[in-house]
Amino acid sequence: MDDMKLDGNAAAGILQQIFAVEVTTASGTCDGCGAVEPVGAVSVYARAAGTVLRCPHCEAVLMKVVTDGERIWVDLRGLRALELSV
Amino acid sequence: MSPPIVSRGFRGRRRDDSPPDRVPPGQYATDDFPVLSAGPTPQVPLDEWDFTITGEVDELHRFTWEEFRALPSETITVDIHCVTKWTKLDTAWEGVRVETLLESVETSAEYVVAVCDGGYTTNLPLEDVVDGKAWVAFGYDGEPLDPEHGGPARLLVPHLYFWKSAKWVRGLQLASTDEPGFWESNGYHLYGDPWREQRYTGD
Amino acid sequence: MAGTAVHRRLTWQVAEVVDVVPETESVKTLRLDVPEWAGHLPGQHVDIRLTAEDGYQAERSYSIASAPESEAVELTVEHVEDGEVSPYLTGELRQGDRFELRGPVGGYFVWEPSRGGPLLLVAGGSGVVPLMAMVRHRVAAGAEITTTLLFSSRGWDDVIYRDELEGLETNSLRVVHTLTRSHPDDWIGYSRRVDPEMLRELGPAPEERPQVYVCGPTPFVEAVAKALVELDHEPASIRTERFGPTGG
Repeated sequence: MDDMKLDGNAAAGILQQIFAVEVTTASGTCDGCGAVEPVGAVSVYARAAGTVLRCPHCEAVLMKVVTDGERIWVDLRGLRALELSV
Repeated sequence: MSPPIVSRGFRGRRRDDSPPDRVPPGQYATDDFPVLSAGPTPQVPLDEWDFTITGEVDELHRFTWEEFRALPSETITVDIHCVTKWTKLDTAWEGVRVETLLESVETSAEYVVAVCDGGYTTNLPLEDVVDGKAWVAFGYDGEPLDPEHGGPARLLVPHLYFWKSAKWVRGLQLASTDEPGFWESNGYHLYGDPWREQRYTGD
Repeated sequence: MAGTAVHRRLTWQVAEVVDVVPETESVKTLRLDVPEWAGHLPGQHVDIRLTAEDGYQAERSYSIASAPESEAVELTVEHVEDGEVSPYLTGELRQGDRFELRGPVGGYFVWEPSRGGPLLLVAGGSGVVPLMAMVRHRVAAGAEITTTLLFSSRGWDDVIYRDELEGLETNSLRVVHTLTRSHPDDWIGYSRRVDPEMLRELGPAPEERPQVYVCGPTPFVEAVAKALVELDHEPASIRTERFGPTGG
């Protein structure tokens, strides 16, 4: 059990900057173990040099987000697929 | 982008009295020791822990916890600088110099990647972890290093931003090319000198 | 309504403090005027940013306490000992002060009457804030959905929104307190941490397929979520919002 872990909702602000639509209700497929969960239900580590989203089942990294206020870097390799409603 | 609104009376938790020549540009000194984490805290029993030196080396070198703790170690006091803007002065650590771990290693490699429990990595030039510039630290402030701060052992490289001082370090991979690690591959600077404010790619 | 709140470009807006209202000894509600506010859904939060004179910045997230029907945007903040931001918001901030906020954000931890019920809300301390927005909206919208709020607090004087909750109770809106550290001498309610036994006694049962929302410090949320799954509640019906180690 990790006190620092938050839910996907905690990343909603930064994710909406990237995707321009609400992402926490989107479904993500973990490239590590294949589990499918709403982004709002994944694990978020937000007190780091950036924001890290991890699979709640296997803890593999789904996404990394870093921002300096003007640029946002996103690593989505850990997400095999993302299904959004638009 | 318009400048942010200043909130009257807001200061945060900072020290006012730090000597400016010890606080790099853009940093703020604090007495706290914030815990930053990119993932769950690993729990490795000491009888399963080892430290390996791999990659472009003559042969794989491995230390068990006992072997690691039997090496000469020292206590040092250093200032640390996190890229998230906090600086903590006069932190006391106990650790083994990285060059001690590399003593019997033959290599022509110029770079290392620190590898850690939980999958975190960070890259550094080999010359930045020798000559008294880096340690594998197992003690902080006179106590065994707390798991949330990287215990049982973390890399300590105080002259660079603290994301390079990788928590839960388990080994060094030596290479002839500079391979970006966990944060360096996603926006952070390859080298990370706080005195030149090398926070992000392109700085 | 859902469309308005979720499809817009997020920028930092200016919030001005209209009033600071004490809730308990360590908790205050900030009533804010946010001119560019476009509305929100119960359960959503905002990111706030404070900038000091010398450029130092800190950002934190706070759940919106007010219902969408409310005129002002309200945030309820708990003073965290040695915190970076909450001592300022609960101690220094006054009418007329300004800071930046971004939102509303978060579509996952949201409840609207259209989601149906029965509704089970489990709150740990200041975790009650987003759940209170849901309760206030349920009342304002006149939705007669069977609702249970199980609210864990340290002591009777620590119960946030205590009087308001008492006034909102009806046949279909039940508020059950558990006080974990101290309780009044004549207390006949629960006086321990939330556990499977308590949840089973209170219901709703898994067969009723409730919508479940759990919010509070991370250890609290994990213990409650685990207890609910042990009782055979469907994991996908349980939505959690962890506040981190200490809370806001």
